[in-house]
Order: sequence, then structure tokens, then C-alpha cells
Amino acid sequence: MKALILGCGRVGSMLAKLLDENKWEVTAVDADPNAFVSLGDSFSGHQASGRISDEEVLRNAGIDSVDLVVVLTSDDISNLLVAQIARQKFGREKVLVRVRDPIKAGAYRELGLQTVCSSDIELEMILKEIGIKSKKSKGGE
Amino acid sequence: MYIIIVGAGKIGYNLTKALIAEGHEILLIERDRNKYHLLAKELGEAIFLGNGCEVETLRSVGASRADMLIAVTGLDQENLVTCQLAKLLFVVPKTLALVNDPKNEDLFKSLGVDLTVNTTNLISALIGHKLNVHILMPLLTFKNLEIVQAEITDTSPAVNRQVKDLGLPVDSLLIAAIREGDAVLLKGDSFIMPNDTIVALTTREKENELRKIL
Repeated sequence: MKALILGCGRVGSMLAKLLDENKWEVTAVDADPNAFVSLGDSFSGHQASGRISDEEVLRNAGIDSVDLVVVLTSDDISNLLVAQIARQKFGREKVLVRVRDPIKAGAYRELGLQTVCSSDIELEMILKEIGIKSKKSKGGE
Repeated sequence: MYIIIVGAGKIGYNLTKALIAEGHEILLIERDRNKYHLLAKELGEAIFLGNGCEVETLRSVGASRADMLIAVTGLDQENLVTCQLAKLLFVVPKTLALVNDPKNEDLFKSLGVDLTVNTTNLISALIGHKLNVHILMPLLTFKNLEIVQAEITDTSPAVNRQVKDLGLPVDSLLIAAIREGDAVLLKGDSFIMPNDTIVALTTREKENELRKIL
């Protein structure tokens, strides 16, 4: 299986390493070439530095042939653009995208994007610790 | 009409003034505090401090009663997300996004943005026109249809010929010629004259073919 990880920060690099250990062919992309340090020496996948909203960068990183795209930069808005490029222009079916804003995460889930919202998860954990049941947050009017 | 404009750059600011002068109700959203304060002196309550990509901002400005939202920031991703949120959560009937990177234009349309304006292509076409490069200038686009404008010169292939003899592609239509300041509707037996500005409707796929014919 092939995976493209866009954004090689804490979560991106950990995911890249885990997939690599599980025999996936992984390419990690980040705008900052220094970001790849966190992949460590044992990482056997590929790395590419460049702007992830640039289609050329995505193509050179092999997006045409991957089974999984995970978009994990810290910018929700860029993530949403790139995830939609991956689906619409490159026809990737499995695209996971980090969206910190729970309202947007909900809204784009309705549009069919697989959004991952860390704010929702953190809130859930805190509420659980203090014994309050959470209402599932949802976007919209 | 109630129109929300996102991004108080040169385009957003001038558009706001022009549309207010036309009698529309306009709200311009700008997230940069300095720019906001500078423009608030002139625009008063027509400018709002906030981030147009945030659902809360759109809610505060009453996006659900807007007839149209126009996103003209310098960042394509922001223009896209603002238009998508406006459509999805506030059911704004018409959205328009400024596209800075021409590669994004088709993508935005396929992702539900009603109208796109691609400044890069427009400016290239304008410069091409100044340099006398034969080029079609896009005026308006809807889905894959475009209204384009072309200048006819003495050396244009279509000059002094009748519309019916040009062999136009099936999906193209010459609408009118602007001739000495007047618009003349074009029919099959109309002649194309030197110095005409031709306004034509075409699909995107046939644009090149049309350009060669004119």
C-alpha cells in the first residue's frame, strides 16, 4: 500500500513512521525541509519539500498512484483545498484531512470529505474526565 | 440586493464602493485590524472586522439572508472555503470566487462555486491584446460556457466574411459585433468587419478552435 502524508509535523511524522514500519510505501511532504528530521534515521520512505497546494509538488510526490492521502498541516483552510484537489483532480478516494475547527469539520463531512477534528477529540476527553456528557458538535445554522 | 464581499484589498474595496453607489446593501469583511480601521473611516458600517472563513463571522453578518457572496482575498484556499461554507451552511444563492492560480479555476467550479474570476488569465489576455497577440478575452464564465471578446483586425482570418461561412464550431455562437461604438447583433448573413469587437459564446473546449477561426 502507498500513502502520501502532507504535512510532516508531530502527527504527520509519527503516522509516516508507523506506516513505514508496517511496510507501507510512504512519501512525506512538507514546505519546510527541516521537518523531515523528525522522521528519524530508520525511516525508509520518501520525502519531498514543497508547497502542498501546488499540483506539481503533489504529482512529483506520486499522488497519482497512492492508496491513501492524509492532509495534516496546521492550516485548516489549506488542508481543505488540498484534500479537495486530491479527490477532485487526482481522483483519490481515501483522503483524510485534519480540520481543527469542529464546525468546518462537520460541514465538510456533509460534503463527503473524511475530516479528522482534534478539537472534538480533546474536548471529548476533557468532558469525560470531569464527568459531563458532550453533545456531538455539529455545524450549520 | 444584499451582497457580502470578503477581502478589502483593491478589488474588494473598489467593488464595495461601486455596488453601494448602485444602491445595493453591501457588507465588506476584512480580517486585518489596521486595514479595517483605515477603511472604516470612509465606509462606516459597510465594513466588518472578521475572518470570512469563520462560520461565526458569516453568521454575524447575516449570511443566510445574503443574495450573493463575493470572495476576493489574495488566497485561493480562503476564497474557496468561504464560498463553500456560504453555500453549504447559509444557502447563499450565488457565490463568486476570485481565482489567483489559473489551475484552480475548473476545480472551484466543480466544487460548487457558481462564478469564478481568474485575474491572471484576464490580465494576460489584456496584455496580449495590447501587444496585438490574437487572443480571446474571457468576459464571463458559467460552468463550462464562456462569453469571450475578440478584436478583429485587417489580418484576422474572419475579416470581411459572412458568419455562416466561417465554419464555427457547433458549440460556439457569435452574439454581436461592437462597431463604431454601436452593438450590432450578428446573424448568418452578417459580415465581420475590420476593427469589430466580437462578443461570442463558446464552450471552454471549443475556445481554441474559435480563436483560430476569428
